[in-house]
Amino acid sequence: MTQTDDAGRAAERAARHGYGRLVAWLAVRTGDVAGAEDALADAFASALVDWPSNGVPDRPEAWLMAAARRRQIDHVRHGATRRAAVADIIALTGDDDGAEPGARDIPDKRLELMFVCAHPAIAPEMRAPLMLQTVLGLNAARIASAFLVKPATMGQRLSRAKSKIKLAGLRFAVPEADELPGRLQDVLNAIYAAFTTGRDAPWGDTAPQTGLTTEALWLTQTLRQMMPGEGEVAGLLSLMLHSTARQPASRTAAGAYVPLDQQDTSRWSMAMIAQAETELLAARHCGPIGRYQLEAALQSAHANGRLVGQPDWRAILILHEALRVVAPSLGGEVGRAIARSHCEGPEAGLACLDDMPTSRVGSYQPYWAARAHLLAAAGRLREADRAYGRAIGLSEEEPVRAFLADRRAAALSGEGPGQQAETKADRDAGHRHTS
Amino acid sequence: MQYALIFNETEQAFANRENDQQATYWSAWGAFAQALQEAEVFRGGNALLPPGTGTTVRMVDGERQVQDGPFAEAKEFLGGYMIIDVPDLDSAMTWAARCPAAKDGSVEVRPIRQMSE
Repeated sequence: MTQTDDAGRAAERAARHGYGRLVAWLAVRTGDVAGAEDALADAFASALVDWPSNGVPDRPEAWLMAAARRRQIDHVRHGATRRAAVADIIALTGDDDGAEPGARDIPDKRLELMFVCAHPAIAPEMRAPLMLQTVLGLNAARIASAFLVKPATMGQRLSRAKSKIKLAGLRFAVPEADELPGRLQDVLNAIYAAFTTGRDAPWGDTAPQTGLTTEALWLTQTLRQMMPGEGEVAGLLSLMLHSTARQPASRTAAGAYVPLDQQDTSRWSMAMIAQAETELLAARHCGPIGRYQLEAALQSAHANGRLVGQPDWRAILILHEALRVVAPSLGGEVGRAIARSHCEGPEAGLACLDDMPTSRVGSYQPYWAARAHLLAAAGRLREADRAYGRAIGLSEEEPVRAFLADRRAAALSGEGPGQQAETKADRDAGHRHTS
Repeated sequence: MQYALIFNETEQAFANRENDQQATYWSAWGAFAQALQEAEVFRGGNALLPPGTGTTVRMVDGERQVQDGPFAEAKEFLGGYMIIDVPDLDSAMTWAARCPAAKDGSVEVRPIRQMSE
């Protein structure tokens, strides 16, 4: 019985640590992600039969690889795999004849797999789910619940995407230098989408079954190791670390939203912030600056502002000006308006908000929240009251509604400083993109 | 793999085939076809006459229904196609992006179904 348990645990460990590596290695040769996953699933099933009686092999991953490869070859013989791959697979198997299975290391092809998942020919909203499934082995039901989609629907979309990868012949390769920046941005955007989906879940990403922030962080750390020279990868890692470091302080025990300027900084993870700062510094030494480095720098400025007492609003304004050139977004415009209000007064901030296209901001909650705060700060209380009403009406989460209602009451009774909308809007600056 | 590059062209592009723009129009296509041939990826293709020369036929309840022109009103119409043989979708997309129709119309890249042997 214990041997069965051991075998089960060994299989689980191999799955956790090696899943993406195994799928990537199997798929890169055939161009068939779904086929690679199926072959690997069969290999896991055989392991659960074989290992309890024959013992757990010294290198479980290599054993699984050999078993999965045999399944792939069977499929090739049945004509289920792209023909060009046949020679490849057979040649590789031939190499190992007579040798201990997996006598050599499994090359890491996860980077190639990530670029396929975030390929321009894959629908943007499917890139993050694909990556979570193929690189991390998350099941469709868990991905579906994180993205608020029915499990059956998510399952269908995932298999449709994988079938396109195979039938349309997407390239499994790290793009050439001329294409790399744009393609890498797609990979980073997909990972960040997974991260914000987890972080902004109504339940605050506390449920381990649905939480994606840890998974997304892990993907970014993996990517960082594989592409040490890419500043944007370091930038994204820094951004995610900053955000995660403050997560425990961003809600009260009752789940109420706490803006950055009122968070208890003793609940921030200083170790994580230090790591975030190290990554940001590392990013500065490689290549041109991009969206994620700028957003990480903004997070850094806000966090350090809290820690030393007063944020450097001039620096924040400069970062926002740069960000709107590299990656314009509604959230970024709102963050810029708030930074300007701190530098030049609330009317200057309101002027920025007035410049935003009315057709785009009509139902954009952060715009109305920021507008309400700035109007209150400018003493335009009747307008502020209406803007607060609109912001509350557009809020999806009860804690946010409660927060805005408090501010509204404070403004109307003449108490509140009224200029503290920066945290929510800046938090939103990053991921509510206009594109 | 073999891919079809399917060219969807605007009415203006069809007009340019015949008007004072025709030299420009055809030389762009000529250059594109030449590049494909010299890269040894070209496997065939055709240009089609403008949509107004088309006739749409369908069978409805056993009756033949015939309509003058293409099936539906659209901004872009099928103007032609080429078959290319390249290693993967990424290479096919690179060729699609170079094609004259990609500039004001669009190019669909569709894999050719492999006949089982």
